[in-house]
Amino acid sequence: MGPYLAIVSARFRMLLQYRAAALAGLWTQVFFGFVLIMVYEAFYRSTDAAPPLPFPQLASYVWLGQALLATLPWNADPEIRAMVRSGAVAYELCRPIDLYALWYARALAWRTAPTLLRALPMTFFSMLVLPWLGLPEWRLAPPTALAGLGFAVTLAAALALSCAITTLIHITLMWTVSGEGIVMLLTALVSLSSGLLIPLPLFPRAVYELLTWLPLAGVADLPYRVYSGGVPPGEIGLVLARQLGWTLALVALGRWLIGRGIRRLVVQGG
Amino acid sequence: MPQIVVEDLVKAYRIAERQPGLWGALRGLARRRHRTVRALDGVSFSIEAGELVGYIGPNGAGKSTTVKTLAGIIVPDGGRCEVRGRVPWKQRLAHVAELGVVFGQRTQLWWDLPVIESFELLRDIYRVPEARYAAARDELIEALELGALLDVPVRQLSLGQRMRCDLAAALLHAPPILFLDEPTIGLDAVSKLAVRDFVRRLCRERGVTVLLTTHDMDDIEALCTRVMVIGAGKILSDGPLAELRARVTRERWLTVDLDDGVGWIDEPEAPVIRRDGNRVCLAFDPQRLPPAELIRRVTSRHAIRDLFVENPPIELIIARLYAAQAQRASGTDADTTAGADGGEDAERASGAGSTGEPGAPP
Repeated sequence: MGPYLAIVSARFRMLLQYRAAALAGLWTQVFFGFVLIMVYEAFYRSTDAAPPLPFPQLASYVWLGQALLATLPWNADPEIRAMVRSGAVAYELCRPIDLYALWYARALAWRTAPTLLRALPMTFFSMLVLPWLGLPEWRLAPPTALAGLGFAVTLAAALALSCAITTLIHITLMWTVSGEGIVMLLTALVSLSSGLLIPLPLFPRAVYELLTWLPLAGVADLPYRVYSGGVPPGEIGLVLARQLGWTLALVALGRWLIGRGIRRLVVQGG
Repeated sequence: MPQIVVEDLVKAYRIAERQPGLWGALRGLARRRHRTVRALDGVSFSIEAGELVGYIGPNGAGKSTTVKTLAGIIVPDGGRCEVRGRVPWKQRLAHVAELGVVFGQRTQLWWDLPVIESFELLRDIYRVPEARYAAARDELIEALELGALLDVPVRQLSLGQRMRCDLAAALLHAPPILFLDEPTIGLDAVSKLAVRDFVRRLCRERGVTVLLTTHDMDDIEALCTRVMVIGAGKILSDGPLAELRARVTRERWLTVDLDDGVGWIDEPEAPVIRRDGNRVCLAFDPQRLPPAELIRRVTSRHAIRDLFVENPPIELIIARLYAAQAQRASGTDADTTAGADGGEDAERASGAGSTGEPGAPP
């Protein structure tokens, strides 16, 4: 097994142990899903204008966002933060492997393992339990076959992009050490411009156009709208191209930065 | 051919200074004052294959900076450094593949994984072929007695157990060079002996080149034939332990257990440096007063139960070396007294020099 795959697999197995965290996340995200949908329903009822995002699509959008929250690049891996703080990052630099690829592999495991624990029960709840509770219009509607396939591909690309951004966050820790400020800034930025809080189609037209071209749309908004059919199947290729283009650009930026980071790194402590 | 060559290595850090108190913190927001500290100030040495070299110095003297430079982790500001013909920070990946490191205060094992899984992960990271890995693993498990620990998650290991596992982890890829940074810190006596014994054998039987940084002088006495002493970014002394002793002081100590009721020992050439009940310790210079002569004088004048001659502890030797250095530095150039972690450590070092010398002859 190659070193990077081995790291992904080890981290993955380790993260799967955190059942309590998964349960807590599940509860929080079901709650947030309900709040968002209720707020939007109130808005939708209070207007006669045709909404830019039909309500069933909006419900699916909200549930996908909650189920896949852990894939979004809005925070920094506490393990890497601790490593930079304590100076244990020295060991990472003593390995005969590419530090960027190593941290990207870590990010990949960290973004996928908790998602796996949460997304399945969330999907089960929002797709099957909600109609049974008498709330069929609030549910996560199953996709068409073509949209489902498109979603699988664009979600994979979203993950690749999200890990590139996550790794970039980790690299900035080499400069700021604590990372508190960056994370606070990011949480606000990501929840707004990825569509997590307000689906991007509900923004004013010009803002929406701008946001869909920025990288964060690729980690949530675009794949979610591929899922619900808001992005027609013919445009899936374009979505994918945007996601991969940003991924490549951000990986290149990350590699350049990490090279500079290593050169100026002062490993903390004796 | 030497394995490690270091010539005139220089590294300076810029440290943001903060004034104390709230007003100082607020002023720091507007304007930061920086201070440059030379952690390495022209360090040179070379180490041959199979040598076990002790590297000592007070906190902030530049030890860790040297080791991190040799490991390719930090880039120096000037000077030359080659390890097995490679410049560590330029050919980092090829360099670290031949390097084992143990930083005693941190672990390289994965905290939540059982020990054996960390080993397997390291095998994959270093791309060690399975057969070679299995052989190295079994040998290390036997030598360090790790059999019972392999399935335990690292967070549940005691410090001594963890250190043995860390040593094994650093050697799975059979590196010809090993850097040990305080490998016995916090260990109990039994674990310390086990670690020392293992390192000694590693060096003797496998010809591994070991650079050992430590504050534990017993480590040095037990293991190292050669000691390098660094203070304020400069190498103060480099050579066999005996030579270091001879350079700093020729003094030896005679400890005498007196019979009850015997009073003070008065030897003009061998002043009393310590007295504890019936036990009296005299310091003397064996070239002016041979030990046999001193013992003859003492036994002829006093009733004694027991006596023995010893070298002053290595700590004292080192402390005197630093004190002499600090004195020289303050006399010539005040800027060079600060070490990497600032003036506080330099003060601590010279402080240790003065307080650690109860036995200094008048």
